[in-house]
Amino acid sequence: MRIGLILGCALAGLALLAALVSSFWTPHDVTRLDIAQKLMPPSGVHWFGTDQLGRDILSMAMLGAQTSLAVALVAVAVGMAAGVPLGLLAAARRGGWVDEIVMRGNDLIFAFPSLVIAILMTAVLGPSATNAMIAIGIFNIPVFARVTRGAALPIWVLDYIRAARVAGKGAVLISVQHVLPNIASLLIVQATIQFSLAILAEAGLSYVGLGAQPPTPSWGRMLAEAQTMVSLAPHAAIIPGLCIVLTVLGLNLLGDGLRDRLDPRLRVLR
Amino acid sequence: MLRYLLRRMFVMGASLLAASVLIFSVVELVPGDPASFMLGTGAQPETLAALRTQLGLDQPLPLRYAAWAGAILQGDFGTSFTYKTPVAGMILDRLQVSLPLAVLALLLAVAIALPVGLFAAGRHRRAGDALAMGAAHLGVALPNFWLAMLLVLVFAVNLQWLPAGGFLGWSDPVPALRSLILPAVALALPQAAILARVLRSALIETMGQDYVRTARAKGLSASQALRRHALRNALIPVLTILGMQFSFLLAGAIIIENVFYLPGLGRMIFQAITQRDLIVVQSAVLVLVAAVMAVTFLVDLAYAAVDPRLRRA
Amino acid sequence: MIRVADLSVVLDGRRVLDRVSLDLVPGQVTGLVGESGSGKSMTALAVMGLLPQRARASGQVALDGRNLLALPERELCRIRGARIGMIFQEPMTALNPLMTIGDQVAEVLRLHQGLNRRAALGQARERLDRVGLPAPRFPLSLYPHELSGGQRQRVAIALAIALRPDLLIADEPTTALDVTTQARILDLLKDLVRDEGMALLLITHDLAVVAGMADRVAVMQNGRIAEEGPTGSLFRGPRHPYTRQLLDASRPAPARPASDFPTPLVQVEGAVRDYRTADGGLRALDGISMTIGRGESVGLVGESGCGKSTLARAILGLEPLQAGRITLDGQVVDAGRLMPRGLRARMQVVFQDPFGSFDPRWRVDRLLAEPFHLTGRPPDWRKRVAEALAEVGLQPTDARKFIHQFSGGQRQRLAIARALIIRPALIVLDEAVSALDVRVRAQVLDLLARLQRDHGLSYLFISHDLSVVRGITDRVLVMQAGRVVEEGPTQQILDAPRNDHSRSLVAAIPAIPIDWS
Repeated sequence: MRIGLILGCALAGLALLAALVSSFWTPHDVTRLDIAQKLMPPSGVHWFGTDQLGRDILSMAMLGAQTSLAVALVAVAVGMAAGVPLGLLAAARRGGWVDEIVMRGNDLIFAFPSLVIAILMTAVLGPSATNAMIAIGIFNIPVFARVTRGAALPIWVLDYIRAARVAGKGAVLISVQHVLPNIASLLIVQATIQFSLAILAEAGLSYVGLGAQPPTPSWGRMLAEAQTMVSLAPHAAIIPGLCIVLTVLGLNLLGDGLRDRLDPRLRVLR
Repeated sequence: MLRYLLRRMFVMGASLLAASVLIFSVVELVPGDPASFMLGTGAQPETLAALRTQLGLDQPLPLRYAAWAGAILQGDFGTSFTYKTPVAGMILDRLQVSLPLAVLALLLAVAIALPVGLFAAGRHRRAGDALAMGAAHLGVALPNFWLAMLLVLVFAVNLQWLPAGGFLGWSDPVPALRSLILPAVALALPQAAILARVLRSALIETMGQDYVRTARAKGLSASQALRRHALRNALIPVLTILGMQFSFLLAGAIIIENVFYLPGLGRMIFQAITQRDLIVVQSAVLVLVAAVMAVTFLVDLAYAAVDPRLRRA
Repeated sequence: MIRVADLSVVLDGRRVLDRVSLDLVPGQVTGLVGESGSGKSMTALAVMGLLPQRARASGQVALDGRNLLALPERELCRIRGARIGMIFQEPMTALNPLMTIGDQVAEVLRLHQGLNRRAALGQARERLDRVGLPAPRFPLSLYPHELSGGQRQRVAIALAIALRPDLLIADEPTTALDVTTQARILDLLKDLVRDEGMALLLITHDLAVVAGMADRVAVMQNGRIAEEGPTGSLFRGPRHPYTRQLLDASRPAPARPASDFPTPLVQVEGAVRDYRTADGGLRALDGISMTIGRGESVGLVGESGCGKSTLARAILGLEPLQAGRITLDGQVVDAGRLMPRGLRARMQVVFQDPFGSFDPRWRVDRLLAEPFHLTGRPPDWRKRVAEALAEVGLQPTDARKFIHQFSGGQRQRLAIARALIIRPALIVLDEAVSALDVRVRAQVLDLLARLQRDHGLSYLFISHDLSVVRGITDRVLVMQAGRVVEEGPTQQILDAPRNDHSRSLVAAIPAIPIDWS
């Protein structure tokens, strides 16, 4: 299982590196169109070939990593910032009306087809990378609220929580000092999972034209543009798809590896 | 048991009401006036005002919500602004594609995930497990629309075994089914990967339970204990995922329907959003939400059927 | 007869069993006694052929002249459940929650005898009758969750003896049960050994249990049999120093002389606590009144679910009351509102579970200093932590360690240090020694007695086990179904209980015969 963690770190690290490097350097300038060079197969000049407008696919993919990671990062941050406190509160007041409202609200959001609502929201707010972040982020809130509550509930019945109550500590202090540190590893694991799901969602939204808008490159739109010429130039469709698969795979492996390392139950077994 | 059912049904009704209010308010926020959209840019102000009155768009919001919700309770889902046909009929038409597609994909996903999950759990921490879970990891990471493109490239364009897209209706069932195969596979593979992983970890967790040790002490072999005792107990988390997946497949096929030019429910909603056909969006999303809730309800029933501890509550 | 000879097990490079030899004779009970981690359960699993896959076993487990350790898994499956049955400690989780008890017993018969379901269910009925779950009250269609812990253990016994095995292994079969239930289950096991002529390997940490049950006893320490012999002679003349230590720690402590505690510290008047549950309500406290005097140690004893822990939580201000009132030093304790810190600082608590009592991510100094939240952390708090550690017999250097670096007994000492650090008037000890091995338990009880003398503390000592409270409490209250059914000086309750319920509690305490020591 250690191989998974290393591979995950490598793949996720590669995506991050590509995103960072692309912010100041790409092999070719993607704003310059060169129709004469369109749909070229991979070569020494263009390692991953060119697209229908003659742009270098490697450079596009690197910039696409930037878009994907940024959208996913903000979406996960939105979900955690709202979801974790809600989940902690619900667990601290388990069985009370706060818990009831948080959980029923969660159920309600879960009942909505997330992709349809994300499409509706980007239509309401106008298609852009920022609005994709918000739309995906909102659906992360109930996920984190539920995971946080679920992880916090078994902590609340432990004796050290009772000891803290006997020491006069209130629900907020106990949540911050005892509960949160003890569920942090679980939340980190969930964050990597949600991060990878957000990348898939962003790709889907930009594939249907509701994500990042031109000229900002994104993997989803690269796929959409390559689709009509998939038989002529399969590389233009395969490369961005592989970018998505490898990044998501890396993040999932990373999450699994972290879970194995951080889960104290598994650590005892070893 | 009856009280359990009644309580679940009450919760479902309340959730539907809340969902309808939410859908209505969100859709109302969509910028763009359907009346001006329908008439185009050169419309006279008077014609526009008349059309707005005719569509009921000049009424205050709460009244319009009441009219919409009231009509839906009587089975009237309104009339599409763009197509001028009843929305209910449109939804029914589209369900004829979306429902079989979702069912087909789900069956396929279960058919793949069940043996893979059992296989991997039975070989926990051995090579077979690592191999199966490696494949599952890859499956989870696949965006279904990309998978769809690759499937089209291989099976439609190169091998020409199956159609690349389109759907001609059920009057001729064989070509209809043939055109659903690639979309169903594209939808099913990532879902199967998720399901297999959930099944495997649920099985491994239940195999560590005391009652499995008791079963082994009775003389059951490891694989007998897995099938006879762990599987049924592991089914409980799997059911939850299965319910969520069905709702995802019903509504989340939007993108796949776009790839294969299938006239499904998702694509209808997508087109309606771009055409500002609010009444279609509202009603179709409400139908989807109701379907998700109905599935959740069925999953709850299934829980009670599997787990005797729930039957009493 | 099953003969274990020179059985050794190596697990992850560590020798967990070292040349264990035992003769398990039909119609005889062999007691296997030892503290946690001594290798008792590992011995049982080795005999069953259910060792973890990483474990390597050598030596012999001989049945009918065949060495079970050398048999292939397929053969072993035919022996497990048919020739050797086993029951485990935790009856609440030992049965499949989704299967009826009838089917679970019948499964053994179908598996080994190839019976059809109807015939197997018929025999299952007969076996359930045999273990004291008779027909009309306990239909085969019951699910485990519809039974109590003791009843579930009976089902587990029924399926272990369904095929009248040569050997029944019982691994701490009564440790999770109340004393009265324990007595009945032990009686059942004894009857079965006599009637069916099987061998019983009874694994337990409790010397008093084997004293009343076993024909022969083997004492285990660190994976070895330290001493083995007929029960009576082993108890009368232990040869191994470890056996002597165990016996000393198991002997009941002398009761305290009766004394007077005129100033009340805690007063509970007519306390009522109701819980709403899925099927109606539960009255956990049903109009309880009691007092704890200043400097007094009060025992609160009863079986699980009698309300003793609810009462403890109510006194600590963690549990609201529906009626009645609780005062400490005349001030009202009320969980509904925020309790004044000064009042809360007058009482502290020590819980049962030495593993769950501490946040695993905090260091010892921060853990021990947590109650200072009530009083404000004094500038010399590190010195106070070091003093508290010294007082419970730990080192000042332990302050920078994490909790997983301590043993169960040390953790319970740390819990006591945490309770002491703000010098409370009352410490509530909720099953505080129940999870500890006998020797460690005796040491912790000594520590508690010394601290009480030194600091003039009051104790509320909660236990399901009357024998534990003998040496540590002045007065005992016996609880049943939310009420106090009897109350009096500890010695009197233990020696001459008047109430029926307390009498059955006292009678059920397993005891080492007095003339054996």
